[in-house]
Amino acid sequence: MTAAPLVALGHLGERGDLAAALAIGVAFGWCLERAGLGSARRMMAQFDLTDLVVFKVMFSAIVTALLGTFWLARLGVLELGLVHVPETFLLPQLAGGLIFGAGLAIAGLCPGTSCVAAVTGRVDGMVVATGFLAGVLATGVTLPALGGFFTSTALGALTLPALLRVPYGAVVLLVVGAALSGFALAPRIERRRERVPA
Amino acid sequence: MSARARPYADPYLTGVVLGLVLLVAFAVSGRGLGASGAFASVATAALDGVGLVPADDGFFTAHAGPLLRDWLVVEMIGVLVGGFASAALAGRLRVAVERGPRAGVRTRLALAGAGGAVMGAGAVLARGCTSGQALTGGSLLAVGSWTFIASAFAAAYLVAWPLRRQWT
Repeated sequence: MTAAPLVALGHLGERGDLAAALAIGVAFGWCLERAGLGSARRMMAQFDLTDLVVFKVMFSAIVTALLGTFWLARLGVLELGLVHVPETFLLPQLAGGLIFGAGLAIAGLCPGTSCVAAVTGRVDGMVVATGFLAGVLATGVTLPALGGFFTSTALGALTLPALLRVPYGAVVLLVVGAALSGFALAPRIERRRERVPA
Repeated sequence: MSARARPYADPYLTGVVLGLVLLVAFAVSGRGLGASGAFASVATAALDGVGLVPADDGFFTAHAGPLLRDWLVVEMIGVLVGGFASAALAGRLRVAVERGPRAGVRTRLALAGAGGAVMGAGAVLARGCTSGQALTGGSLLAVGSWTFIASAFAAAYLVAWPLRRQWT
């Protein structure tokens, strides 16, 4: 019997939805801090290959959520069509990803982890969060000047299985396999890096 | 306090718990985690406060509304609470500027501010960040989200290389 998402099916009202948002946020912030991602030094270890902590946390989360949604949908508990899938705007997201990644390497923290860094006393986290807010504001104001770029190459809520015309489960298997291979290779990448002093 | 700070948790275990949190968000609210959307809402409220929200610009108008009824804003308030509580219980609350052994405080803070602003530009164009695109969209197999993951990691490695002396 389809039971979820609770809000879309009317089992939970706006207040319940917001209470869930708060609780989910607390757990999210807790996880980021526990993993040490509120520390810029630890986060940047990903990018000089001494500790692939960002990859490990991110991909074990993606694999868990991916398998969870797949099986809950398969068992008929979760109506996947009622879960909001971020829409694809190919070129702005490609360009945005490149700019974002460059900013991440300069800042040492991402928007979410900068908040955790800030609230645990890290001044650099406060500065990253402030800079991020300023960047969002400035870019938002500038968007109309970019013409139609922001809304160009719109593909809707397109998923990889729909794009590749393969079953959902096949892509789930591919992502899980790729992540597990990455986990298996991680210690070798990290160890090799230690032997060669920078 | 740092002398008594407990070591960080296992990344795989934390990742699995984070994935379960994301799964709960999908099952309860029908949406995933996010961070930059909350910043966009705060930016919109700031512009609105000075009467400057552009009419139907497609970005700020999408983030308009009372902040405390905005799902991502409430979620990010939770992130602050959860992050603080976790650090407090582990003895990791510490006022400091995190930087590499050779980096100066000023350089670190200048890069933090500049990098934050650059990320802001990227997150607006990409319609999300590491949370809303990578974690959430990645778990839902969205094409744009995987495009974001690939391009963000590639650019981060390229830019981190010339800056590696900041951290080592």
